[in-house]
Amino acid sequence: MDSFFRSEEMCLVQLFFQTESAHNCINELGHLGLVQFKDLNPGTVAFQRRFVKEVKKCEEMERILRFLENEVVKSNIPIPADFTSETIPVPRDVLDLESRFDKLEQELKEINSNRDTLRQNFTQLMEINHLLKVFDAFLFYLHDRFVAGVIKHERFPAFEKILWRLFHGNFVLRHAEIKPHEEENMADPVKKDVFVVFVQGDQIRGKIRKFHASMYPCPNNAYARKEMRTNVNTRIEDLRLVLKRTEEFRETTLTAAAANLQEWASKVKKMKAIYYTLNLCNIDITQKLIVAEIWCPVSDLNSVHTALIHGSEQSGSSLSPVVNRIQTQQTPPTFNRVNSFTSGFQSIIDAYGVGNYQEINPAPYTMVTFPFLFAVMFGDCGHGLVMTLLALWLILHQEHFRKLKNELIDMLVDGRYIIFLMGLFSIYTGLIYNDCFSKSFNVFGSSWSVRPMFHPHGPWTNDTLHDSGHLHLDPLVSGVYSGNPYPFGVDPIWNIASNKLSFLNSYKMKMSVIMGVAHMLFGVTLSLVNYIFFRNLKDVALQFIPEVIFMLSLFGYLIFLILYKWCVVMKSESAPSILLLFINMMLFDYSSEGTVLYRTQKPVQIFLVVVAVLMVPWLLFAKPLLLYRKHKQLKFLSLPFCLSLFFGVKKAFVSLQVSMADIFVYQGIHTIEYCLGCISNTASYLRLWALSLAHAELSEVLWKMVLQVALRVTSGMGSVLLAVTFAAFAVLTVTILLVMEGLSAFLHALRLHWVEFQNKFYKGSGYKFTPLSFNRMRDMQ
Amino acid sequence: MPSLLFCGPKMAACGIVISIWGVIMLVMLGIFFSAKSAVLIEDVPFTEEDIRNDKNPPGTIYGLYNQVGINCFIAAAIYVAVGAVSLCQGHLVIARNWLNGQHYSFRFSSLDLHTNSG
Repeated sequence: MDSFFRSEEMCLVQLFFQTESAHNCINELGHLGLVQFKDLNPGTVAFQRRFVKEVKKCEEMERILRFLENEVVKSNIPIPADFTSETIPVPRDVLDLESRFDKLEQELKEINSNRDTLRQNFTQLMEINHLLKVFDAFLFYLHDRFVAGVIKHERFPAFEKILWRLFHGNFVLRHAEIKPHEEENMADPVKKDVFVVFVQGDQIRGKIRKFHASMYPCPNNAYARKEMRTNVNTRIEDLRLVLKRTEEFRETTLTAAAANLQEWASKVKKMKAIYYTLNLCNIDITQKLIVAEIWCPVSDLNSVHTALIHGSEQSGSSLSPVVNRIQTQQTPPTFNRVNSFTSGFQSIIDAYGVGNYQEINPAPYTMVTFPFLFAVMFGDCGHGLVMTLLALWLILHQEHFRKLKNELIDMLVDGRYIIFLMGLFSIYTGLIYNDCFSKSFNVFGSSWSVRPMFHPHGPWTNDTLHDSGHLHLDPLVSGVYSGNPYPFGVDPIWNIASNKLSFLNSYKMKMSVIMGVAHMLFGVTLSLVNYIFFRNLKDVALQFIPEVIFMLSLFGYLIFLILYKWCVVMKSESAPSILLLFINMMLFDYSSEGTVLYRTQKPVQIFLVVVAVLMVPWLLFAKPLLLYRKHKQLKFLSLPFCLSLFFGVKKAFVSLQVSMADIFVYQGIHTIEYCLGCISNTASYLRLWALSLAHAELSEVLWKMVLQVALRVTSGMGSVLLAVTFAAFAVLTVTILLVMEGLSAFLHALRLHWVEFQNKFYKGSGYKFTPLSFNRMRDMQ
Repeated sequence: MPSLLFCGPKMAACGIVISIWGVIMLVMLGIFFSAKSAVLIEDVPFTEEDIRNDKNPPGTIYGLYNQVGINCFIAAAIYVAVGAVSLCQGHLVIARNWLNGQHYSFRFSSLDLHTNSG
């Protein structure tokens, strides 16, 4: 199907519908989610638009709903689960809901303030109660003047100090801590102390007020105190009852509101969206017709038409809406139809730049090349297996993770299929590198064998073993190397060889260059597909052909050298280095001896270099010169028409010169960027080698430093130590090797796609298709 | 009776995951050690004397291999126990959550519409 390989064909459509059916029609279109409304009033500011009052009303209602939701959540009332209501919000619903919301808000605010006042009274009464309780203990020192009150516990030392300073020790201060009762369910339990100060003078009251301590009048004699206590206790009981009733009433109101909360929320959202959309449309003079312009995919025109007819039928209007497709020169938005699997890959492409209209879409190829390049850098089947299982868990429990509403986890969940594929491909490359938690599997039997190195076959004796610390297996001794390479992957003997890295580095570097050149050639080929689609055959000859020939003659030849050297048997001491061969080829230096891989190497190389160098002026000059000639022809043709206006001729001539310089500069930049870019991008692909080396080394270090320490302990508690160490190994593997290395390899694979691959063909300067869609709004919640 | 629950839901989940991984990986390591795999030679604690003074080569090395293998199996058994404990804790957590009633929560955020400059 064509639609995912490039973006869909869009059309601009004019809609005419009656004002009465506007709400229903836009509602239907919103449910369909396939049209993007164009702004027909681009000059007007937000508050000049027609329906700005209604939008404000909707925003006010949203605020009230948020307030309600906060209150409901604070009181721990469960909100019943979501149900989709298909009720269409009509304008009279707005007024109805608005009045209801206002009433609810008023009620709730009143209840809250009443409750706060009651609570305050309650606290005061309880404090008086405590005060009276401990007062008797203080009254061994009878004095006329005293002040009693309650102060916050942490302020008490400062209070005491102030009193000392004031009265020079001429006072008696007693305090006791209030032990909170179980029934007191204060919002924030603050520790308070009861205090009594026996002192002369009245300045004490001012000081107490400054400390935000509350004073209570306390009667002198015991009888009055007892009476006061009974009084206070009765009042406490009354208040408790009233508070309980208030709480119950509040809870009933909130529960009733909570039942409808979600339905109201979705209604208000839809209405706001509809009014917002109506703001984008034009209303004609008679106030009876609404004109809208929409972008819509050509293949969906029928469904849009059906939705509109449905909407107008629902509103009971007589006329069906008119759908009129118009031609336009404007660039349509880019629309790529995605499903839940492809949306992750499309979003990482769009993060760099949304493609031009109907440009080729790199996403389908990215679905394979991105996990593959990641896996080349990650390459460990044990870690790949853990990553795959983690991704599987994400995929299966997707809704549970989405409910957590954490941004990082949301990002992980959006990319769950990407992570799953990355893990699968990593298992594959791990099997190729024969690396599982830094150990190799020996499935088929190694092709190298040590026994033939001993006498009588080979040179080793028992003395050789005792003398040297390092021994070389010589493949020229018969039987050491069986002649058949290990069937799948790297031979496991390399895992225990000390020169493992010399072999693996050479292998991985050459492999990275081969993959890089292949990826870039694929990118250049995609540019050919673009040229053919846009009927730009001129550019095929002027840009595509020289680009391809340049890349093939230099880097294609490099690939050929690598593959040739791998396939042909030669003695390793006398094998020429490909790097030196390549450098000498560019410098035309054929003086050193024995530097040929095959017989006709010199003429072939000279030919290829000359061809590559010839491509540079072709790229640089051919296109501008052709354009110059075309402009001159046009100018020549238009000269008789411009002769009448001398000023016009001069202007045309000046503009011709300016644009020529522009074209030359642009083409020069493009040529330099491409040719130098070929070299630097090929070298850039060596990061595939670098990161896979880093990953392998980190994995080995983790095994050697963590797990091996526990494995080498064979005495008594070895197994317990092993169990503990394994937990540390697992945690470190996940954090360092999976998270850190995974992110690093992800980033580098992404960079290779965005820069090295896409700069060969992708322009990426379009704008994204954003349809009016109620489903999308609900998911974005 | 005091609750047997001592770790939260996240700890229980971590415990289950690590024990499953531990059991599988340690059992496989044990099998490979018992099969005297050459790739694991670095993990076996042999010394020069072991090789030189061996009456019946390579008997000592094989014995060491078997010892390490048995260590791995015992560690795997420890992880089976840890896994069972974590599973119990997980069940207790779920039971406690069910008893306390479940919470529905939904977040309502105001609409954020895109504008396009057409």
